[in-house]
Amino acid sequence: MSRFSDATDAALVRGCRAGDQEAWNELVERYSRYVYAIAARGFRLSDDDVEDVFQDVFTRVYTRLDSLRDESALRPWIAQLTRRRCLDAIAARRDVPAEDVTEEGSTDLSEVEEAFDVREALGGLSANCQDILDRFFTRDQSYKTIADELEIPSGTIASRIARCLGRLREQLEGRNSADGGSGD
Amino acid sequence: MTRLYDEERLGVLLRILRPAPRGWVEAAQELPAARRALDEIVSRAEADLAFRAALVADLEQALAAEGYEPDRRFLSEIRARLGES
Repeated sequence: MSRFSDATDAALVRGCRAGDQEAWNELVERYSRYVYAIAARGFRLSDDDVEDVFQDVFTRVYTRLDSLRDESALRPWIAQLTRRRCLDAIAARRDVPAEDVTEEGSTDLSEVEEAFDVREALGGLSANCQDILDRFFTRDQSYKTIADELEIPSGTIASRIARCLGRLREQLEGRNSADGGSGD
Repeated sequence: MTRLYDEERLGVLLRILRPAPRGWVEAAQELPAARRALDEIVSRAEADLAFRAALVADLEQALAAEGYEPDRRFLSEIRARLGES
């Protein structure tokens, strides 16, 4: 866990601008799945193109961070850089100008945004819950692998996952209420 | 709008943000050091004509001789910067 693990995006941007390597490491860690999901899932690019987009996006974030006016707007800025770079990759493959390519045909990116919100809420759970949910849902580990690696009885994995999902739901629904959700 | 999440929906959303390959993440985290190395090589090439000539003649070999292990992206950026300078 780094000094910046719980930092806001604005604090992270300030740290990166000050040349703090830990801040940069955290920024990459926090947004790597997001950039990856937009390129691989949203635009369904090939593995090679996803890797190019991924590295280019972080290079642009690093070299252009000073141009970000609103430090708290890091996420939409990264999303925009990624979408633009994905469209460039598609245009290059089709050998057409980038302006001629639209996001039509890409998966609904709002689902990636919602997934990011869920992931942020996950950060509010205990380390054990974060770990077990990540292993099961994003690393596709079996109950047996999880049990072996965490040294816990495999018969308890399903109930632990259910319990952690329940906590995640409370966390998300609590956030929504705090955001002023009205149930409409 | 209040969103309601059942277990199935949470599972779907959690699965969307899969980890990027570790090597990609580490390469991105090493960008600050890579950018510093790049700036250093380009400045040196501007000041040292023999070094610049060696880079132009055989970029990979000249960098390897200096102890750099550049990847494809790094090489293409150096080529672009040497072309500009």
